Amino acid sequence: MVNLIIDGKNITAKEDTMLLEAIRGAGINIPTLCAHEAVSRSGACRLCVVEIKKGNRTRIVTSCLYAAEEGLIVDTKSERVLNVRRLVMELLLARCPESDVLQKLAKELCVDPQARFIADADKGKCVLCRSCVRVCEEVVGVSAIGLFSRGSHKTVGTPYNEKSDACIGCGACAYVCPTGHIEMFTTGDKRKIWGRTFKMKTCDTCGRYFAPVDQLKYISKKTGVPLKELGICMDCR
Amino acid sequence: MKNTPDIQARQVQDDLRINYGPNKKFITICAGTGCRAYGSLKVKDALEAELKKQNMNVEVLATGCFGFCEKGPMLVIHPDKYFYQQVKVEDVPEIVAKTVAKGEVIGRLLYRDPDTTKTLFREEDLPFYKKQLRVVFGRNGMLDPTRIDDYLAIDGYQALGKALSEMTPEGVISEVKKAGLRGRGGGGFPAAVKWEGARRAHGNPKYVIANGDEGDPGAYMDRSLMEGNPHSIIEGMIIGAYAVGAQDGYIYVRHEYPLAVTHLTMAIAAAREAGLLGKNILGTDFSFDIHITKGAGAFVCGESSALFASIEGRAGEPRAKYVHAVEKGLWDKPTALNNVETWANVPLIINRGADWYAAIGTEKSKGTKIFSLVGKIKNTGLIEVPMGTTLYEIIYDMGGGIPNGRKFKAVQTGGPSGGCIPESLLDIPVDFDKLYEVGSMMGSGGMIVMDDHSCMVDVARYFLAFLQEESCGKCVPCREGVRRMNNILEDICAGKGRQGDVELLETMSQAIADGSLCALGGSAPNPVLSTIKYFREEYEAHIKDHRCPAGVCKALITYSIIPEKCTGCGLCIKVCPTQATSGEKKKAHTIDNDKCTRCGACIESCKFDAINVE
Amino acid sequence: MKEASNIAGKTKEIVKKHGKDKSSLIGVLQDIQEAFNYLPKQALKTAASAMNVPFSRVYEAATFYTAFSLKPRGENIVKICVGTACHVRGAAILQDKFERTLGIKPGETTKDKKFSLETVNCVGACALGPVVLINTDYHGQVTMNKVDKLIEKIKEGGAQQ
Repeated sequence: MVNLIIDGKNITAKEDTMLLEAIRGAGINIPTLCAHEAVSRSGACRLCVVEIKKGNRTRIVTSCLYAAEEGLIVDTKSERVLNVRRLVMELLLARCPESDVLQKLAKELCVDPQARFIADADKGKCVLCRSCVRVCEEVVGVSAIGLFSRGSHKTVGTPYNEKSDACIGCGACAYVCPTGHIEMFTTGDKRKIWGRTFKMKTCDTCGRYFAPVDQLKYISKKTGVPLKELGICMDCR
Repeated sequence: MKNTPDIQARQVQDDLRINYGPNKKFITICAGTGCRAYGSLKVKDALEAELKKQNMNVEVLATGCFGFCEKGPMLVIHPDKYFYQQVKVEDVPEIVAKTVAKGEVIGRLLYRDPDTTKTLFREEDLPFYKKQLRVVFGRNGMLDPTRIDDYLAIDGYQALGKALSEMTPEGVISEVKKAGLRGRGGGGFPAAVKWEGARRAHGNPKYVIANGDEGDPGAYMDRSLMEGNPHSIIEGMIIGAYAVGAQDGYIYVRHEYPLAVTHLTMAIAAAREAGLLGKNILGTDFSFDIHITKGAGAFVCGESSALFASIEGRAGEPRAKYVHAVEKGLWDKPTALNNVETWANVPLIINRGADWYAAIGTEKSKGTKIFSLVGKIKNTGLIEVPMGTTLYEIIYDMGGGIPNGRKFKAVQTGGPSGGCIPESLLDIPVDFDKLYEVGSMMGSGGMIVMDDHSCMVDVARYFLAFLQEESCGKCVPCREGVRRMNNILEDICAGKGRQGDVELLETMSQAIADGSLCALGGSAPNPVLSTIKYFREEYEAHIKDHRCPAGVCKALITYSIIPEKCTGCGLCIKVCPTQATSGEKKKAHTIDNDKCTRCGACIESCKFDAINVE
Repeated sequence: MKEASNIAGKTKEIVKKHGKDKSSLIGVLQDIQEAFNYLPKQALKTAASAMNVPFSRVYEAATFYTAFSLKPRGENIVKICVGTACHVRGAAILQDKFERTLGIKPGETTKDKKFSLETVNCVGACALGPVVLINTDYHGQVTMNKVDKLIEKIKEGGAQQ
C-alpha cells in the first residue's frame, strides 16, 4: 500500500493501482474517452491528465497509465491540467461536430467549441480512441480492423476498406466505441458491419437470432467446443 | 606475457604502421554522399588511372567526409598535406604531374580566403577548420571506411582492448561518468547514468542500440559518421554493451541513408571476422553482436519507444507508458539507446581518459559536438567544436558569414523541436543548457542559418507542416493540435490571419506541450513560440498589414519589373508559366499581377536583376 | 493469374530469407517494395499468412511508413528534398516547377508511368541544396532551368546524370 495526496486528500492505494482508479476511488470525477475496462490502456485521448509533484519536479501525466507512488502529490484540476483538457475537447469537437457524446462531455467540462477551428466533415464520430482495435486484437483475437496511415490521415477500418475475411461479425468493436461511430445493423437474420453481411444463428432453445454463424464457428475453432453445443443464446444458458 | 585483447590489438597496429610511415605518399579524397554527388568518385577513378599510366605507386584512399561540403570534390596529398578543393576530372593530370610527382602546388586548386585573398595550403590553415577540434570527426579523413585495417592503424579498437583487459563493466561506467558524456541526439542525458540504469535493471537479454534515425532536416552529422567511420560507432557500442551487460545490439539507420547501411554492414562483417564481434570477443567470455535495422521513412522513429516498435515490426508509434527504456525497452527488456555520435565518443574517452575529455567544453557540457552548418551560409558543411564555442564564431569565423551580401537574420537550432536565435544572442556559448535558456535546444546539431530573405512566420509554418506530416497520430494534442496550429499559420501566410491568432497560438502551445504523448508533439510548439518571441513584429505585419517583410509569402507579395533595369530581352516572357509578363522587344516589360503566381521563374532567368519583390 | 502467383512466390522467398519472425515485417516490406516497385495487395496478403501476422497488422505497417507505396510507381522516381536547408534555398519554388512540368503532385505518377513525384525530408546533402534525387542520382543546386533539362534528358533516353 502507498500513501499519496490527491487534490489535498490523503489517499491510500495498492502499489500497482493506476492514478485513474485511485482518483475515482477517492470519489473525484475525472473524464476519459479511450479507457475501457475490456481492453489495455492506450493513453491516446489525454483527457485524464493530472499534474503530479515528486520532490521538486512537476509533470503532466495521464492518470490512466501512471501508477500510484509513495508520497506523490496529485492535482486533478490545476491550470495546466484544465488547459490540456479544454484544448483536447475543443479539438475533438472540431473533429467530430456531429457527436452527441462529445457535446455532452464538453458541456460537463464547461468547454465551448473553438470558433477558429473549422469543423471537419469527413471524420464521422471517430476520435481514434482505438478501443475497437484493441478489443478486436486482445479480446476477440482476430485483428480484423486496424489503424492505418499516420498523423491527421489516421483512420480505423479494414485493410483497403474492403470486406475483411478475418471479421466474425461479433460487434465487440461497436460495443466498446464511446461515440457510436462504428455502424452495425442487425435486422432479422442478417447483420451488417464493416461492409460485410453476416448470417445470424437462431437459438436452439428460444429461436431468437443471437450471434453470427461465423462468430460461433470461430469460437468453436478457438475453444475446441463442437459447433452444435454453441447454438444456445446467453439468456437461455 | 599473457596475450590479452589490448596486446593483440596493438600487434595488429604495429604491423600496419610499418606500411604507413610518415613519409609515405598517398592521396585521400572525400567520398561522403555530398562529395559523391559532386562527382568525387569520378575524380578518384581518374587519379588512379593517371597514376597507373605514369607508373606511380601512390595509393588513393576514398575516405569518409572531410566536413567542408561547400568545396567538394576535395582531396589531400600526403605527406605534404596540400588541400585541394573543387577538383575536376580535368585537373587530374596536372595534379599528378606537378603535385604528386614533384611536390609543386597548383594555385587555382588551393582554398582562397575571401577576406584576406591569400591562398592557403593545408586544412589546418583554413578559417573553416582553424577553430574546430575534430577529435571525433577528423578521423574520417584518415581512413577508407570499407577497410577495418585503416581503423586499426589509427588506434582503432585499442579502447575495446583496454576496456576488456583492464577495466570492469562498472569501471567503464564510472570513467564515462567522470568524463561527463551527455547524449548527442538531443536529450543531453548523461550516458553513463543511462548505462548504469540498464546494468542494474532486471531482465534478459539486454540491448544497446545506436539511434541513426537522424530525422532533423538539415542535420547530417550522423550520416557522415556512419558512412565515414562506422567502426568508431561499433567500437563504442561494444564497449557500452560490455558495461551494460548486453548480448545484442541494433543500429537503426534511416531509410534515406543507403551508403551508411552499406558501410556499416561491411564494418560489422569485418569486425566479426576479426573476433571483435560475436562470441568470445578478443578471447574473453564476453559475447555481443550487432544487427542493422533500416527505417522506412518516419521521423517519429527517432523517438526511442517508437524506434523499439519499429524494430519489433510494428508501426512506429511511441509508447504511452511511464516506464524507462533502461528498465523496459526493446521487447520490454533493459535497453540503453544512444545516438550514433554519442557512441563514437566512447572509444575516445576510454583511450585518452575521462580527465582529458572533461577538460574540453563547459562546466556541464563536456567534450565536443559535431554541427551541420547549412542554409544561407558561405561555408556549408559539418564542423566539430568544443562545447562553449559561440554562435558568432561558428557562423562567421568558420561559416564565413552570409553569402550574396545579405544580412544575418536568425539561426535555427535543434531541428523541428528547437527554435530560432536572433542576432542579438549570437554571443552565447553553445552548450545544452544555454540553448534551452534562450528558447531553443541543441537537438542533434543542425544549425540552419537564415538571412533577411527568410520569413520567420513561413519558417514556423514550415516546421509545423513537417511535424503534422510526421506525427504518428496517436494522441489528440499532437494529431489535432499541431494540424490546427498549422492551419492558423497557413492563414497568416496567406493573408487571412486574424487578430488574436498569435495569442491563440501561444495558448494552444502550452496545452500541446503539456498534453502530448511524446516529445514530437511536446516540442512542436517550440518553433512557433521562439519565432513569436523574437520576431513578433513579423507576425503582426502579416496579420495587420497583410505584408511579408521578407518577401516570401506568395499571397502577400507582388512582383514588378524595374523599368530602368529592364532591357526588354524577353527571357522572363519565355519562362513565365501563366503568361503574366509581357512587353515588346527592347522595351521595359510589365507583369500582370492578376496572372502572376509568384513562382520565381522570371527572377531566376533575369540577368539584369530587374524584378522587384515587395 | 501467372502474375499473381509470381507475386506470391517471390514474397514467400523474401519471407523465408528474413526468417518468419514477426519483427522482420518492415524488412520484408522493404524487400517487396524493392522487388515490385510498390507493395502489391497480393504480396501483403501472402506475407501476412506466411509470417502468421494479421493482415491488418501488415497493412498498418505498410500505410504508416512513407517509404512504402501501395500504388504502382513510375519508372523514374523524382524525390525533391524539402528539408529545412533546401527549403531556405528555395525548394518550394522548385516543387511548384516539378508539379507544373510533370503535371502531377507528390505521391502521384504521370499517365505514361514515366515519372513519380515524391518529397523527402532531408537526404543529408545540404551543401548542394536545393537537392533533387532522380532514382539514386543526386542533383545539386537545381534551378528551374535545370529541371527542364533533367526531365528532357530522361524522356529522351534514360541517362540520368
